[in-house]
Amino acid sequence: MIPQSGNRFSDKIMRRQDAMANTAGAAKPQLYLRSLSRWRPIEIAFWLATLLPFVLFPDYLSLASQIAIAALFALSLDLILGYAGIVSLGHAAFFGIGAYTAGLFSKFVWGELFSGMLVAAAMAALVGYASSFIIARFRHLTLIMITLGLGLLLHEAANSANWLTGGSDGLQGVQAWPLLGLFKFDLYGTTAYAYSLAVLFFVFLAARRLINSPFGLSLRGIRENWMRMPAIGAASRAHIRKIYTISAAIAGIAGALIAQTTKTVSLEALSFERSADVLVMLVLGGAGRLYGGLIGALIFLVARDRFSGIAPQFWYFWIGIMLVAVVIFLPNGILGGLSNILSRRNRS
Amino acid sequence: MKLSRIAAASLLASAMGIAAAQAQDTLKIGVILPYSGQFADTATQLDAGIKLYMKQHGDTVAGKKIEVIRKDVGGIAPPVAKRLAEELVVRDKVDILAGFVLTPNAIAACGVSAEAKKLMVIMNAATSIITEKSPYCTRTSFTLPMVTQTLGAWAAKNGVKKAYTMAADYAPGHDAEQGFITGLKAGGGEIIGSVRMAVANPDFSAYVQRAKDINPESIFVFVPAGAQPAAFGKAIAERGIDTKKIRVMGAGELTDDSALKQMGDAALGIITAWNYDHNHNSKMNKDFVAAFKKDNNGVNPNFLAVGGYDGMHLIYEAVKKTKGKLDADSLIGAVKGMKWESPRGPMSIDPETRDVISTIYIRRVQKVGGQLVNVEVDRIPNVKDPVKAAMKK
Repeated sequence: MIPQSGNRFSDKIMRRQDAMANTAGAAKPQLYLRSLSRWRPIEIAFWLATLLPFVLFPDYLSLASQIAIAALFALSLDLILGYAGIVSLGHAAFFGIGAYTAGLFSKFVWGELFSGMLVAAAMAALVGYASSFIIARFRHLTLIMITLGLGLLLHEAANSANWLTGGSDGLQGVQAWPLLGLFKFDLYGTTAYAYSLAVLFFVFLAARRLINSPFGLSLRGIRENWMRMPAIGAASRAHIRKIYTISAAIAGIAGALIAQTTKTVSLEALSFERSADVLVMLVLGGAGRLYGGLIGALIFLVARDRFSGIAPQFWYFWIGIMLVAVVIFLPNGILGGLSNILSRRNRS
Repeated sequence: MKLSRIAAASLLASAMGIAAAQAQDTLKIGVILPYSGQFADTATQLDAGIKLYMKQHGDTVAGKKIEVIRKDVGGIAPPVAKRLAEELVVRDKVDILAGFVLTPNAIAACGVSAEAKKLMVIMNAATSIITEKSPYCTRTSFTLPMVTQTLGAWAAKNGVKKAYTMAADYAPGHDAEQGFITGLKAGGGEIIGSVRMAVANPDFSAYVQRAKDINPESIFVFVPAGAQPAAFGKAIAERGIDTKKIRVMGAGELTDDSALKQMGDAALGIITAWNYDHNHNSKMNKDFVAAFKKDNNGVNPNFLAVGGYDGMHLIYEAVKKTKGKLDADSLIGAVKGMKWESPRGPMSIDPETRDVISTIYIRRVQKVGGQLVNVEVDRIPNVKDPVKAAMKK
């Protein structure tokens, strides 16, 4: 999150000056947004680097594909937590809805990938929109409890609806047609990674566009002070409903990806652990930075893979230590810490 | 599409060719278990069974040195299980997949076993359909209907005419309940009521009270292993259900060692059906229990440990029989119809279904030398999975 200055009064004055400067030159806010949306070399390097696993680690592509999916899920959480300040401990609900919808769609309609993904996104968005009316009314601790409760309710509902979801045995009969009718999902995970990465990239583009729009800017305003935003014409609750719905849709897409690439759907997709893990990933990477969730997912899953290779019983211990260290020494996550160091160097 | 499939197949074939060349003298077994999280106890038991077998029988069989690669799936997580299975095959070049405590994980890995043509040995997961998901899948534990349907049939034969069933409301609970009802009805018994209880439910008093009000001749119970059997035992004692008048029956998890300790005398008289108990009276079992306790700080082996132990035995014997040939077709051929003597008694693999055939024991909780023990009162030899038998008809 944006570092807050200690002196609220001077902060207010500065903001007022900003506002006055903005009204003086009408072109300026557009320039500001445009400067934000300019592609930086490091971003281009990052996306090029995501192609490296195809060449360097061809044996690790199934892991890479699950990292891409986790990154997409973390991105969806970042939109509400990092930008709009909505804390959620039940985000797996939308991931699970996406996974089950895509799984059921492939079972009863057909195994075509993109239609399945769209249906999953629509379903998650629908549920997200319905619950957003509750979400938009509360903040902070209440919100944590509500999202947690909704997540648990859905988990239990899916368990009871045995006839539909297969209960704790998981959904049987999920199928996935070859990607574009050409590439079968193989043991090496090549197709799975290509597919997940492409979806991640395009959704990321959309999210980036969204965040660097006036709408995105007003979300950040809501995060800092949601009572004051309506005073400058940004209806906080309506904005929260919109971003929550969008975030749910993206989480649904991530769920659809896991269902399609692994051909399995189970209650675990809706579990509290999944909600907690994605929060850990986002906090590790740094919330409110778009790339935070991506980096967090990468670190979390690679660390898990490495640590559990050393001692399968104790990998969570190391993740825990890492999390504590990051929260204490880098309160804005790994990316926040890096950008602090960079800006300090630039100043001196 | 065809071309890409051929390309993928040839890629796979060449990769396996390389793997075979590299792995000439080693036999790699990939073990997938929930080593961390809430199911970690089960992995510890099962893995201890695997380790004990390898310690007793050496790590070389038919000229192959055995290497076990362990992977943590961290609980119920089929996508992770599938990925781990894929990685074990393509990255670690394992010849055999093994382990699997939890059904959803086993089903996910079966897809990999079928696609990559690898023998898969399920050492616990007990839902009957799993082995149907891959032609190279076999099992050395049991299936739940094997246990509960046998119990139902036994009960009908031994004077139980009417029963009330109480099962946890999740897939294994439904399987267990259905098995018992089928068994009892086939023997002429009658079900006078059924209740499904919330899975995450530590308090059974309301359910038990309802059962008591009906005053059935007998009650069948199925709850998940762990803390729940003890909670159930407590509820029975508190609500004053007399296990001498009302027969309380269940699967073996209801009265395993830790549950008995927590239940205390409330457990006396409970009748359970199970495939293994550490008190089973045979020389082989006594040696097995002694060796196991020595290696595991005095902990008794349970059904998981014996599942792992027998799973390793099956792998060793299959590799001996194929004289070191490790392709899945040879191995599954060797596995079919394999018979052996296990600490739990005589065992074999059904040549038709590749599933386990073993004795099911009926036990009653009694006090022996001041301690609560599951005492064998009856045994039903050569029990097959009834669900698969019914499907064939």
